[in-house]
Amino acid sequence: MGNLVEIRNVSKVYERGKQKVEVLHHVDLDIAQGDFLALMGPSGSGKTTLLNLIGGLDSPSDGSIAVGGARIDKLGQGALAKWRAANVGFVFQFYNLLPMLSAQKNVELPLLLTKLSAAQRKKNASVALQLVGLADRASHRPTELSGGQQQRVAIARAIVSDPSLLVCDEPTGDLDRQSAEDVLGLLQTLNREHGKTIVMVTHDPKAAEYARQTLHLDKGTLVEQSAHA
Amino acid sequence: MKYFHLVWAALFRRKTRTFFTIASVLAAFLLFGLLNAVRVAFTSGSDSLAGNERLVVASRFSIMTGLPLSLKTRIAAIPGVKSVGHENWFGGIYQDPKNFVFSFAVDDDYLAGNTNIVLSPEQHKAFTDTRDGALVGSALAARYHWNVGDKVPLQSQIFPRKDGDKTWPFTIVGIFQAAKDAPDGTNEMFFLHWEYFDEANMYSQHEVGWYVVQLSDPNQADAIAQQIDALSANSAHETKTQTANAFNASFAKQIGNIGLIVEAIMAAVFFTLILLTGNTMAQAVRERIPELAVLKTIGFTNRSVLGLVLAESILLLLIGGVIGMAIASALAPALTKGSGGMVRLPPIGAENWIQGIVLMIVIGALVGALPALRGMRLKIVDALAGR
Repeated sequence: MGNLVEIRNVSKVYERGKQKVEVLHHVDLDIAQGDFLALMGPSGSGKTTLLNLIGGLDSPSDGSIAVGGARIDKLGQGALAKWRAANVGFVFQFYNLLPMLSAQKNVELPLLLTKLSAAQRKKNASVALQLVGLADRASHRPTELSGGQQQRVAIARAIVSDPSLLVCDEPTGDLDRQSAEDVLGLLQTLNREHGKTIVMVTHDPKAAEYARQTLHLDKGTLVEQSAHA
Repeated sequence: MKYFHLVWAALFRRKTRTFFTIASVLAAFLLFGLLNAVRVAFTSGSDSLAGNERLVVASRFSIMTGLPLSLKTRIAAIPGVKSVGHENWFGGIYQDPKNFVFSFAVDDDYLAGNTNIVLSPEQHKAFTDTRDGALVGSALAARYHWNVGDKVPLQSQIFPRKDGDKTWPFTIVGIFQAAKDAPDGTNEMFFLHWEYFDEANMYSQHEVGWYVVQLSDPNQADAIAQQIDALSANSAHETKTQTANAFNASFAKQIGNIGLIVEAIMAAVFFTLILLTGNTMAQAVRERIPELAVLKTIGFTNRSVLGLVLAESILLLLIGGVIGMAIASALAPALTKGSGGMVRLPPIGAENWIQGIVLMIVIGALVGALPALRGMRLKIVDALAGR
């Protein structure tokens, strides 16, 4: 299977006042289409920075990033926003749902950027909620849902526009064990049955076991790779 | 329109804060609606065509200073003068001081030349033949249920009768309608005989308040005005002659520069409103930085975020402003009715509404600009990390 993500010689430098901090050093990485990759490493190792670069939320200081053949490091802000809307779904540690909207409306958000009709948007959002097992909670607001349910709504929002790539930043970091297993099981299903390519940052080795392979970063460099059964 | 629910939900994220902000916007535009109507009321009718065909001759010093009756024939003798009428301010009230009546003592020539009122020959004759006769506007008659033949006592606030009694008895001999292009308030007027007033009042004899001069050719207005003023130059009763439009405007200015006062009040109100709503919007956006970052993460462009915040700010102003102006629209006629004619606020018309809505949009854009720029410029990774 071909590579969906190709990262070549990528470095990322942040400027903190007059000081320059190099967070990633000359990283090379290929992620195959349909892969489920866990990124692990200590705090400050560059996991989230790498995830942000793959998801097009940030740009590298040096090197190239191609996703699905598109050189996203070359895109301007507006083009990058459109690219994200069409190609990437995001799942965050703290769900980041809009509190004043119902679950249904939260899931519909990415579809507002498409040309779909209101009826079609509603239908697609309902299908996504059904897929994550929350069809009966469509009218509930985030504050009326448990943490696990909120994260499943966030996953529904991430997949509603059918992106090829899901990037997940500590998706189980704020959940109890049972809810975490539910969410990880759901991500695994999306990977295995729906062919989504998933890149997930986690501190939890048990969460990483749900992935097909795990990459370890330390001080901005890839140090180890392990495959799972 | 597909983003409307998003804007609406963001606006009412903090209901109490939004409610109070809308209430302050409402109060500001309620004031705007009413004060603008006051300004219009004081300046209306000051540019009518008929107002440029008539000259008003009053004392150079004050309209409360009388002019000699003898001036009338001298003015009438000037070439280009069609007719000369005169009137005095009577200042009547009916039964209660709050029931103010716009009453004037007028002569026959004034009535004959007044194109602002529609009067039948029979009514005119009845007025001429009745010493204590009065002609009243239809709106005034309707308010107090007056009919032709009714005996009506008015109290003059300025002129008592020779026996010291301030009450003047009148007999209503006609009810007139305002002409099509007459100034606002014409239907509220009350006319009494100048001869009756002149003979019976305690203070002024053979003095008129001001002359109203009809011209054969309005283009000669300036030249004739100069000739009229020349008649009494260097005398004890120098005159100032101006078109009726200019006279009406200066009459309103006796009370003060209403336009300037209204503009000053509105400037203060809107300045405060800008600070208040600007602070509210800044706070609202500051609280929602992570949410705006999420929108940008899922693909909303910088320009979309800018548009959403600006739309929210403008919607806030429009909700409060439209409700405020609507209340002002309902209040203006009620105030006019309740004041017994003392205050005649015109309806809040299309021009006021257009001015109001433009103001709402401009203020909305102004107070939303900085928060919207902040939302537009935020860096996703920093905002998501809470930096």
